Amino acid sequence: MTVNATATPAAAPPLPRLNDPARLRVRYVAEARFRIYGVVALAIALSFLVGLFASIISNGWSAFLQSNYELPVYLDPAEIDPDGKRDTSRFNLADYTAMARNAMAKSLGLPDKLDRATKRDLKGLLSRAVDVQIRDTVVADPDLIGKTVKIDLLAHGNVDSLLKGAIDRSIPEARRQLNDRQLQWIDKLVADGVLHKRFNTGLFTYGASSQPESSGLAVALIGSLFMMATVMVLAVPIGVAAAAYLEEFAPKNFLTDLIEVNINNLAAVPSIVFGLLGLAVFINFAGLPRSASLVGGLVLALMTLPTVIIATRAAIRAVPPSIREAALGVGASKMQTLFHHVLPLAFPGIMTGTIIGLVQALGETAPLLMIGMVAFVVDIPGSVMEPATALPVQIYMWATSAERGFVERTAGATIVLLAFLFVMNAAAVYLRRKFERTW
Amino acid sequence: MVNRTEIMDHQVIAGQPVAVADLAPMIVARKVNVHYGAKQALFDVDVDVPRNAITAFIGPSGCGKSTFLRCINRMNDTIAICKVSGDITIDGQDIYDPDLDVVELRARVGMVFQKPNPFPKSIYENIAYGPRIHGLTRSKKELDDLVEECLEKAGLLKEVHDRLHEPGTGLSGGQQQRLCIARAIATRPEVILMDEPCSALDPIATAKVEELMEELKSNYTMIIVTHSMQQAARISQRTAFFHLGKLVEFGATRDIFTNPQDKRTQDYITGRFG
Repeated sequence: MTVNATATPAAAPPLPRLNDPARLRVRYVAEARFRIYGVVALAIALSFLVGLFASIISNGWSAFLQSNYELPVYLDPAEIDPDGKRDTSRFNLADYTAMARNAMAKSLGLPDKLDRATKRDLKGLLSRAVDVQIRDTVVADPDLIGKTVKIDLLAHGNVDSLLKGAIDRSIPEARRQLNDRQLQWIDKLVADGVLHKRFNTGLFTYGASSQPESSGLAVALIGSLFMMATVMVLAVPIGVAAAAYLEEFAPKNFLTDLIEVNINNLAAVPSIVFGLLGLAVFINFAGLPRSASLVGGLVLALMTLPTVIIATRAAIRAVPPSIREAALGVGASKMQTLFHHVLPLAFPGIMTGTIIGLVQALGETAPLLMIGMVAFVVDIPGSVMEPATALPVQIYMWATSAERGFVERTAGATIVLLAFLFVMNAAAVYLRRKFERTW
Repeated sequence: MVNRTEIMDHQVIAGQPVAVADLAPMIVARKVNVHYGAKQALFDVDVDVPRNAITAFIGPSGCGKSTFLRCINRMNDTIAICKVSGDITIDGQDIYDPDLDVVELRARVGMVFQKPNPFPKSIYENIAYGPRIHGLTRSKKELDDLVEECLEKAGLLKEVHDRLHEPGTGLSGGQQQRLCIARAIATRPEVILMDEPCSALDPIATAKVEELMEELKSNYTMIIVTHSMQQAARISQRTAFFHLGKLVEFGATRDIFTNPQDKRTQDYITGRFG
C-alpha cells in the first residue's frame, strides 16, 4: 500500500481494508437474514404438517369408538325355529330386528303392545346391522334359542353421532335426525348404562356397508395386504436383479443408455397411466378378474419397479469401488463380488428404496380406480383373485358419502393409513441404521 | 483348485537365496500397448520382471505405471473402454490367453492397493475370504492356521491376535494396509502387485510395510508402484522408469539411481520434473 501511495498522487482513494466494519456488518446481516428465511420456511412447513395432523386426528379419533347397546334379547323360538328342526337356513327368515326392538322397549319400560310410531322410533335407534348380529349369534350357537341372551347391538349412526356431539340438540325437532322422544330414550339408556361407547373393533372387522356403524376397513386392509405382498414378490426381486445387471454387468452402449432413460421416465409416468395399462393388459387381454387384488398388485408392482431399480442402482453405486477391487484382487469372480460384498453393503439402501416404493404403492389410488377396485365389497377376500378394495380407495369412497358417521370414518381410515405409512417409514429408518456399515 | 503341497514345495525352492545379478525373469512383457478409448496410455512396453525380487515402477503421475501394473493381473478387464494388446507371460504362460481363467490368475497374482481397503468384516474374515472362495483349505482348523500364518507373515499377528473377530476397518491405516497384504498372500500367490501401498501411510507405518516387503521378497515376486524415489531406492532390486506411457529406462536399481542412461530419467530422479 505504501508503494501504491507513493506511485500515484494522494488523490487516489485508499484501498478498502480487509476488516472494514461496514462490510463486515453487511455480511453478518446477510447471514442472519438467510438463517431467518430458513427458520421461517421450516416453521411454515411444520405448521402445515401440524395443521394436517391436528385436523385428521381431531376429526378421526372418534371413529375408533362405537356406541353399542347391551340388551338382553329374547330369542323367540316361535319366530326363529317354529318347526324345532334347528335348520340353519330357516334362521335367515326370522325378524331379528323386532326382537331387538322388543328388548329395547322392555329396557325402556314401554308397554308390551307398541304402536307403529313407537316401533318406527325404536327402530331408528338401532342399526340395521343388528339383524345380522343376532342371527350370527343364533347360528353360532342354536342352543341359545328360547333363552334371553345379552347381546351387544350396534347403535344407529345417528345415535352414535349424537353421543359424539356431532348432532346439535338445540336445532328444531323437524330438522333434526332424532326426534325429542328418541332423545329422551337415548338419555335414559345412557343413564341406565345400556348404551355406551366402546373401542370400535368393527372398524377393522367389517366390510363395506351402507350404514356407517357397520362399515369397516377389513376388505381394504386385506386387499392392501395382498397387493403389498404381490408388489414385494414381484417388484423387489425383479428390480434388484435388473439394477444389479445394469450396474455391474451390462455394457455401456446405446441400448443400455436407452433403457436407463426409459426407467427414469417410467418413474415419472402418472400413476393413472399404469391403471390404464393394467386395465388393457391384465383385465382385457389376460382375462384376470376385475377388482381383484392380484391385478392391483401387478399394476402397483409395475409402478414400483422403476423406484426399486433406481434406488438399488444408487445403493450399488454408493458402494466404494475399492471394495470391488479388493474382492476382484483376491480372485473373486464378478458374481461373487456382487453377492458377497456389493449387495450386502448396498442392502440398507435397497431396503430403504424398496420400502419407500411400497409406501408409495400403499397410498396409490388412481390406478386402482381404473381396474375396478373402487367397489362395494362386503365379504372379506380369501385370495388375491377375489374382489377387494384398498385403504386409500376406501377413504375415497367414504369421503363421498354424506352421513356424519362416514365423515368420521373417512378421517379414521386416514389415521389408519397414515399409521401404516409411519410404521413402514420407521422400519426403513431402522433397517438403514441397523445394517449400515462404515468402511 | 491349486494343489497345496505343490505350492509349499515351490516356496521352499523359492526360499533359496538368489543373487541379484542372476535373477531369472518371471514376468515377461513384450510390446504391451494399452488404450483407454481413443487415448493411448502405454506404448510398446517391454519388461522382464525377475523372480523373488522387488521391482519398482517409478515415474510422474499419469505416466502409465499403474496401468501397466494392472495389466499383470488383468484388473484392467473391469474397465470397459480399456484395450490391452501385446504379450505378457508369467512363467511362460500367456495371461491374456482366452482359455485362461482370470479369477485363478488373480489368486496367483495378489494385489495391494493405494488406499487400504479391507472388507467391512472381521479381521479373520478378511483373510479367510480368498482361501474360502478358492477352496484352499479342507477344514476350519486349516483355515484358522492359514489366517494365523498370513497375519504372522504380515507382522500383524502380535497386534491383533486377541481381536481377530473385530472389524478390520477398526485398525489404524498402517495396520489396515498390512491386513491387506496378509489378505493378498492368503491365496498363496506367486506375485504380489503393490500400487503405491504407502502413499496413505505415515513414515512409521511405511517403514513397517517396507520391512515386511523385504521379508516377503524371498518367497514372492513383488512389483511396487511408487512416487517415492527414496522408497524405490531403499527396497527394490530393479527399477523401471515410465514417462508419458513409454518405458524410458529399466535396469538394476543402483544403476538407475547412480548412473541413469537417459536424460529424462536423470531429470526425474534429480527432481527437475515430476
